[in-house]
Amino acid sequence: MVQLDFAAVLADWPLLLRGAALTLALTAVAAVLGVGAGIACARARTHGPPAVRALAAAYVELVRNTPFIVQLFFIFFGLPSLGLRLSSEAASVIAMTLNLGAYAAEIVRAGIDATPRGQLEAARSLAMTERQVFLRVVLPPSLGRVWPAMVSQIVIVMLGSAVCGQIAAQELSYSANLIMSRNFRSFEANFVAAGLYLAMAVLLRQALAWAGPRWLFGRAAPTRS
Amino acid sequence: MSLQRRPFFALVLAGLGLLGASSAFADSALDTIAAKRSIAIAIPTDFPPYGFVGTDMAPQGLDVDMARLVAARLGATVELVPVTSANRIAYLQTHKADLVISTLGKNPEREKVIDFTAAYSPFFQAVFAPRAMVLKSPAELAGKTIGVTRGAIEDLELTKIAPAGADIKRFEDNNATVSAFVSGQVQVIATGASVAGNMMARNPQLGAEFKLLLKDSPNFIGVAKGDDKLRLKVNEIIASARASGEIDKLCVKWLGRPAGDLPN
Repeated sequence: MVQLDFAAVLADWPLLLRGAALTLALTAVAAVLGVGAGIACARARTHGPPAVRALAAAYVELVRNTPFIVQLFFIFFGLPSLGLRLSSEAASVIAMTLNLGAYAAEIVRAGIDATPRGQLEAARSLAMTERQVFLRVVLPPSLGRVWPAMVSQIVIVMLGSAVCGQIAAQELSYSANLIMSRNFRSFEANFVAAGLYLAMAVLLRQALAWAGPRWLFGRAAPTRS
Repeated sequence: MSLQRRPFFALVLAGLGLLGASSAFADSALDTIAAKRSIAIAIPTDFPPYGFVGTDMAPQGLDVDMARLVAARLGATVELVPVTSANRIAYLQTHKADLVISTLGKNPEREKVIDFTAAYSPFFQAVFAPRAMVLKSPAELAGKTIGVTRGAIEDLELTKIAPAGADIKRFEDNNATVSAFVSGQVQVIATGASVAGNMMARNPQLGAEFKLLLKDSPNFIGVAKGDDKLRLKVNEIIASARASGEIDKLCVKWLGRPAGDLPN
């Protein structure tokens, strides 16, 4: 009775390709901004004045303890009543960035906390400013230590972007759902979408594992504490 | 590498095997309904007045009453399965529901994958927009953002008539589509008359009004493809309920008017 017809789904390959491209684009922007936000937030939580610490903690707890889709709906459907109207794609990127930022903050903070005291003391005894100590001594090896966890979190955010189709952002799961609602080939469409997500996740993981040491924290950075 | 791959393929094969096995019991759902004395019927919960959740959190509406009527005539207890516009056909295809009574319109694409009984209630889809907007022909949709529920009849009709310059935003369910229009994320909404009526009654500040008719599409009950036994039985139930005036009574109760002419 059940006959699989993958051709019916693959015939819409331009739609799938466009969806996959938007998923990657959303992820790329959210990854750059989110990791940046995470580093800033981690710095604020470890080195900031008490008020800033509390603010950063509140942000992290708020985001980490609410579902992503609720955050997304709040930005897309909720903010217009405050006069801020964002496109589906802008709302998706902001939601993904805020989400990644909070998790990244905790990941980076773990790396910062694991910095050996001796390195801090050595840096300070060389008369480096606090800013120099953070940017040159604390941050790079910290990122190196937590990079695998960070890469995983970015991949999770990419996979989580599948719900952005709910607010009509035309990413990969939106394409798959649209194809499904046109030809009712739900098994095939989901199967193809899952395959594409799998491939994208594996590639993203490898690309980040390659890029991190080269551009972000230096190959020579110690990865052991 | 090949060692790592094998379990994955085995898993895929096992999955396909399961899929094949599920087709073995696809004779007629009527037999299983009679044996279990219970029927699973897919109903909407986001589509007042056809199906919605009341303040007591229980589903109610025309489709829900119709589901109860059909179940009672079959001598079975009803198990209501809440579905959305986008997933109701998949529920029928995968036998998660025996019948779909969920404001289901009939079109050739759907007839390829499921079967339909006679119609049981009236319905139409249209384009709605604020009074101030000039919108007299489909061509004038160009340059406007239009919200619609993905996979619903209005999505298919709108896609057919919309000019290339129209920006169609497809949402997962009617709640999201209505939210998008109410919050101003889209300028125009294409939806069913009942959803629009409910939305306009609750949001008079929008000043929305009927603009373009997309399709007159009465509701049919969906049954699994090829299950003629169940389909004919449900047709009998619909015919007798129409003759006895029960369907008119339901329509007056929920839509404020009798069923009128319904196609078979």
